[in-house]
Amino acid sequence: MKILVIEDEQGLRDAIKNSLEKESYSVETADDFNTAYEKLFIYEYDCILLDIMLPNGSGLDILKELKKANKTENVIIISARDSLEDKLRGLALGADDYLTKPFHIAELNARVKAVLRRNKLGGKNIIEWGNISFDLEDRLLVIENQVVNLNRKEFDILKYFLFNKNRLVTRTALAEYVWGDHIDQADNFDFIYSQIKNIRKKLKDSGAEIEIQAVYGVGYKMVEL
Amino acid sequence: MKLLNQSLVYLSIPIFIIVSLWAVVFYFSMLREIHDSIDDGLDNYKLLILQKSKIDASILSKTEFGESNYAIRKIDPAESISTDVYQDTLMYMLNEQEMEPVRMLTTTFQYNEAHYKLKVISSMVEEDDQIRNLFWAGILLYVLLLASITIIDNIVLQKLWRPFYSFLEQLKKFRIDKKNTIPEMKTKIREFVELKKATDTLINRTLGAYDHQKQFIGNAAHELQTPLAIITNKLELLLEENRLNDADAETIAQVMQTATRLIQLNKSLLLLSKIENKQFFDNQRLYLNQLVHQVVAEVEDFRLFKNIALTIEEKEQVAVNMDPHLAYILIANLIKNAIFHNIENGQIRLIIKHRTLIINNTSSAGKLDEQKMFKRFYRAKSTKKSTGLGLPIVQAICNLYHFPISYSYSHEHSFRITFL
Repeated sequence: MKILVIEDEQGLRDAIKNSLEKESYSVETADDFNTAYEKLFIYEYDCILLDIMLPNGSGLDILKELKKANKTENVIIISARDSLEDKLRGLALGADDYLTKPFHIAELNARVKAVLRRNKLGGKNIIEWGNISFDLEDRLLVIENQVVNLNRKEFDILKYFLFNKNRLVTRTALAEYVWGDHIDQADNFDFIYSQIKNIRKKLKDSGAEIEIQAVYGVGYKMVEL
Repeated sequence: MKLLNQSLVYLSIPIFIIVSLWAVVFYFSMLREIHDSIDDGLDNYKLLILQKSKIDASILSKTEFGESNYAIRKIDPAESISTDVYQDTLMYMLNEQEMEPVRMLTTTFQYNEAHYKLKVISSMVEEDDQIRNLFWAGILLYVLLLASITIIDNIVLQKLWRPFYSFLEQLKKFRIDKKNTIPEMKTKIREFVELKKATDTLINRTLGAYDHQKQFIGNAAHELQTPLAIITNKLELLLEENRLNDADAETIAQVMQTATRLIQLNKSLLLLSKIENKQFFDNQRLYLNQLVHQVVAEVEDFRLFKNIALTIEEKEQVAVNMDPHLAYILIANLIKNAIFHNIENGQIRLIIKHRTLIINNTSSAGKLDEQKMFKRFYRAKSTKKSTGLGLPIVQAICNLYHFPISYSYSHEHSFRITFL
């Protein structure tokens, strides 16, 4: 899978590249409009991460050019602009998703994976890891051929972890993903802890070969045993 | 006061003075005219009498006025006067049964060596009657003038000012944040054209400033959000490495939590400035009840986790005209506060009645300081981790829509918003 990161801020570009490479994607970068434009029309990418405000041009113009050339790359806009208008404009121009800065690494991973999966034709939407099989469409968790009952929130949490295998998922990222952007109060960490405890118990009871580990008190990581 | 009425007030005083002055001047000039004309008549009469006396000497002995209007008396030559004397005097009038003013011409003449004095009278206008008449005529004129000016003003001025009032209506409806047209005024009146020009300049300048500000907010977001993204993302990557010792990891975890708070703070500040700059105004018809149920369902997990009992008492369906995003933030902030600042096994009572949403909840904090609670960055003791911007955002939204919001405390917090 080839991904192009178009972002002018070096620190962010490096962080994104670094993180995506951990997921074994091959990552290329562009730091301004012209480089991005050049690369896009020479190479093929599976996914493009696109900043809107770029030196010598707007990311929206890149979207327009892609549309004009009938190129169907998956595009995720990463922008500091968070107004609804901006989002709608980006999506109307053919972007697949819109991620507002600042975002969590885990969130970026989840979005990239979701976009890549969405456009994969034919294939069943199932994540398999160790002895578990996770059906995204039918919202089913199967461990050792046994269906494990999950409530809606537990399913969402598990999905997020499976999109971030072996990666750090901070509690804030998890809360934002599962309970929406508006749940940002710091004192709901206890609540997340209790949710994780429930899932851990379910995984353990059904003999899953994966588990959720705590990471330095800031978040969790799902690993294979 | 309307311009029309104000101009009438200003006009009424000078008109009154002018009419009064006119009455005085008119009275005296009229009086003089009357005297002149009577005096001429008397003079003519005198000549007629003198002529007649030459034919009929008997009239020379007519010493009383009697039924006619002259009297002749024989006098000493020493009494004779060289010029005619006109004077006003009083004489008893039978018809009026009182003394009435008369004009009297006194002259002397010589006839057959004898000297005679001739008095000719003519009845005069009664001055007091005249003044009274004139006074009422003046008042009538004054009232007529004012009335006709009012009517003419109403017709003419209203026609003249019509472009102005329609312009004013357009200005009232003009919203800087809406893409509406600049108010128009079709007129050739110079002052109005100038006003239109000045307003156009003002509007264009304000639109420019507004756009600049909007851009500035967007840019500020970009400028702050990107570094914040770098900080958190790099920290996240660093924490993923398993090379850290526990103490370092602890420090980094703390830095990251601080960065997270910074992000929340920045987001809230941006939201607040957007609300205060009125950048949300996609007003739609929403149902408050529906929104409350939606928010309650979304935060249910958190509520159940703290084992908080919640009741919703709906006396009516309340429709509001609001930006959906802002309406959501308003309700969500209040209900979230009611949960997060609540106690274990506490309770929340939501009441919707008389277009008012009342949120009552038990709390660990006690009464909030009403003077400070809506100020930015004010926090009650127990909530050091919050941004201190939740209630200011609530208030900013209420202010934007002119919804009154109030707070009271009796064993529990009670917030009350009326959706006018």
